[in-house]
Amino acid sequence: MTETASTLKTIVHAESDSKTLLGFWVYLMTDCLLFASLFATYAVLHNNTFGGPGAKDLFSLPFVLGETLILLTSSFTIGLGILAAHKQNKKQVLTWLGITFLLGAAFLSMELTEFSRLVAEGNNWQRSGFLSAFFTLVGTHGLHIATGLLWTLVLMAQAWRMGLVRTTVRRLMLLSLFWHFLDVIWILIFSIVYMMGAL
Amino acid sequence: MKPRVTLKSYIIGFALSLLLTISVYLFVNDHVTTAHEAFSHGFLIALILCLAVVQLVVQLVFFLHLGQETKPRWNLAVFGFMMVILIVIVGGSLWIMSNLKYNMQSPGDTNTRIMNDEGIHR
Amino acid sequence: MLGKLTWDALPHDPVVLGGAISLVLGAISILALITYLKRWRWLWREWLTSVDPKRIGVMYIVVAVVMLLRGGMDAAMIRAQQALSVGSSHGFLTSDHFQQIFSAHGTIMIFFVAMGLMFGIINLILPLQIGARDVAFPFMNSVSFWLFTVGMVLVNLSLVVGEFAAAGWLAYPPLSELAYSPGVGIDYWIWSIQIAGIGSLLSGVNFLVTILKLRCPGMTLMRMPVFVWSVLVTMVMIIFAFPILTATLAMLSLDRTLGMHFFTSGFGGNPMMYVNLIWAWGHPEVYILVLPAFGIFSEVVATYSQKKLFGYTSMVVALISIAFLSFIVWLHHFFTMGAGADVNAFFGIMTMVIAIPTGVKVFNWLFTMFRGRVHFKTPMLWFMGFVTTFTIGGSTGVLMAVPAIDFQLHNSLFLVAHFHNIIIGGVVFGYFAGLTYWFPKIFGFKLNERLGRYAFWCWIIGFLLAFVPLYILGMMGATRRLDHYDPSMGWQGLFIVAGVGVAVILLGVGFQLLQLAVSIYQRKQNMDVSGDPWNGRTLEWSIPSPAPFYNFAVTPTVSSRDPFWAAKKHKTSLPQGEYQDIHMPKNTPMGLIIAGFTFAFGFAVVWHIWWLAGLGLAGAITSLIIRLSDEDTEYVITAAEIKQLDQQARAKGKLA
Repeated sequence: MTETASTLKTIVHAESDSKTLLGFWVYLMTDCLLFASLFATYAVLHNNTFGGPGAKDLFSLPFVLGETLILLTSSFTIGLGILAAHKQNKKQVLTWLGITFLLGAAFLSMELTEFSRLVAEGNNWQRSGFLSAFFTLVGTHGLHIATGLLWTLVLMAQAWRMGLVRTTVRRLMLLSLFWHFLDVIWILIFSIVYMMGAL
Repeated sequence: MKPRVTLKSYIIGFALSLLLTISVYLFVNDHVTTAHEAFSHGFLIALILCLAVVQLVVQLVFFLHLGQETKPRWNLAVFGFMMVILIVIVGGSLWIMSNLKYNMQSPGDTNTRIMNDEGIHR
Repeated sequence: MLGKLTWDALPHDPVVLGGAISLVLGAISILALITYLKRWRWLWREWLTSVDPKRIGVMYIVVAVVMLLRGGMDAAMIRAQQALSVGSSHGFLTSDHFQQIFSAHGTIMIFFVAMGLMFGIINLILPLQIGARDVAFPFMNSVSFWLFTVGMVLVNLSLVVGEFAAAGWLAYPPLSELAYSPGVGIDYWIWSIQIAGIGSLLSGVNFLVTILKLRCPGMTLMRMPVFVWSVLVTMVMIIFAFPILTATLAMLSLDRTLGMHFFTSGFGGNPMMYVNLIWAWGHPEVYILVLPAFGIFSEVVATYSQKKLFGYTSMVVALISIAFLSFIVWLHHFFTMGAGADVNAFFGIMTMVIAIPTGVKVFNWLFTMFRGRVHFKTPMLWFMGFVTTFTIGGSTGVLMAVPAIDFQLHNSLFLVAHFHNIIIGGVVFGYFAGLTYWFPKIFGFKLNERLGRYAFWCWIIGFLLAFVPLYILGMMGATRRLDHYDPSMGWQGLFIVAGVGVAVILLGVGFQLLQLAVSIYQRKQNMDVSGDPWNGRTLEWSIPSPAPFYNFAVTPTVSSRDPFWAAKKHKTSLPQGEYQDIHMPKNTPMGLIIAGFTFAFGFAVVWHIWWLAGLGLAGAITSLIIRLSDEDTEYVITAAEIKQLDQQARAKGKLA
């Protein structure tokens, strides 16, 4: 009796895991299209500077490279966290998540630094269609990063309190998907907004 | 439900991403900071886009483990459909908007453009 | 403290005041009735906190029907104004109010009637047709429904507090920008649709995963009923189209609240980009509405012809091609915006190509009826009405797909007649057919046939009276959204005929309400004791009516299309396994609570009450985290309990 019940339970859990993973993946696909709309708008508006500065005049390339490397590293560290979770090593999971959180927070604060520099120079989002599109595209990514940071904290608390139970591991996997996805989006922002803008 | 995640795949993905990011940066930085222009503008744009796509694939494979699930591969299928629609929406929008821009310039510009395009000389 | 909200927000105009008062009185009387009947606890326990898709489906449909009445009243006011406001007479509506009415009519009919009926029927039937007990994410389903309701409440609240958008149902900029629409109307429009749209997006994810992961053993993709196929395709379209809407609305609201310049006419904005993006969502949206209706008709026609559906595979291929093509035709909504001949020609041809798979479907339905034993029950009447009106609507659509013709007919009443032909003749008739067809499965008794017929004939005659004149008016040069014209145009007669048509349609709606009331009153005579009142083909008819909360006592195993029909033909029952323990989700108020916070957020953003907006957002996120940390969300019904419940339900059928 207990044996069949526990196998049944395993099947139920495995099904529910694969459901959740697929559902979250589909959500990420919808998010891709959200960013695609913002990218398309940026592409259409990027020359509409209305006499104000364009992409070439605004961005500091080494600064952006720094941001990119930090985010890339955080994507690596969360991967290490997942590996630790599969090994059921709670201490390592918490460590890697903590490092990921710090790197993400560093990235976000660099992004905010850039924003506040632009605003202080009088180039805020009201200046031109181009700047509206820039702030919205990069800001939406930043908003996602902020959500990811909040989620990381919640999951660290959950892993701390409940240990690496099934739901925790599942949610860790979702978080890592989300975080890698944000890295992918950032690569596109890095290439299209910053690198191509600098030419 | 355990995707085949290994330390190796993360390390390869991370190393390749670093390599690609830094090489794009070096190309662009060289172009921007030095006076001599080793590559044309168009070539650099194509290069940036190509390397971005390569890095996209690298991260999808090594970080997001796309296509490594067991059959039926719904994740891959949904991703494939999404890419088709994404290309249609972004490509279509850019095509439409550039066409509109071309046709909706100030009348003077349009006249000049048409005369140039059609080889009309006044 | 209260942002832009002051006492001036309450209505002053007598007509608006009348509408507002009747709305408030209606709401109060419903609340009073519930209190009088002491039904609050029941409502809360059984309905508002329910995560059962059948309950959620019924709630969707209730909201949609109420909104149909509201949208119908708007339609009646539009046509009455147009019949009266000629020459020196100016009718009974001010121009501004008239604009708000047609904007509200379009918004409500698309987002809160058509989408509501669609998700309602999907919730009711989809899990039953694939042999599942539930959807993939029951809690998310409840959140989706309540977000939809928040959108609906915001639209209706705008009638009492403030104003509604006066820029049409898609609010084109620059008219919808702050410079030209400084009031809160556009903001109400943005946030009601944004919130309802996020609900739809979540539902899209939910049902897609449900179909991909929860089909019963043996049900391969090519054994799914065509309704399930249509839903699968529709959900894929929703998850690909709705993010564009979310992004576009977000950019418009950033323009309006943070002074950005995406779509403004100055400062490097580009209003044409809005039109491009909104239709990149908007065109797929039309097909999102109509494809499930195609699915319903496929079930209805096969059942009432007592024949298997003709050309199953071609039906599936047609669905998929329509879905794909619908993503590459969006420019035909703005041929006249100024794109070049190459662009217009490409999108024109793609639009015409859509007629091919659609035609395939029509022929397949007709061939299904051919040599079948056709029972002309009410759903079949709706189908016959659909075939005729939809074919007319499709033909006028192909006409307008020719850019040169579109330049003549663009923005005219011809266009209005065309899309009403599609949306009433296709979408609305389809959902009515579906509701009548599946009503006994959900409630356990059939709807009154005679009143159903009366309703159908009123709808079809009223429809022709209301929209054929619009085709003619359109060709005479009458543009849409007119609130006044000169008698010398010679339009008044036709406008009066159209107004009479609306009245006949409203009579049809009256018959439908009467049908519902009479059917409930006489339910004892119309009980569906067999669980299979129409000699059906698919899994939902193999279980007792009304469908029990656990759907299937034993998960069925299928080995063909139309498994229930095959079993009946071979005089066997569907393969039965052992009774097993069932895990069911517990009811939860968290969906309602999250929606409550979202409502506070939406209302606050409309009125720039920033502290409340922050509070609403924080509340919604916190509630979500609390819900996700809750491990105790399921309960178990043991095999023994299931056996007892199932035998009771089946015995009731045999005894009676």
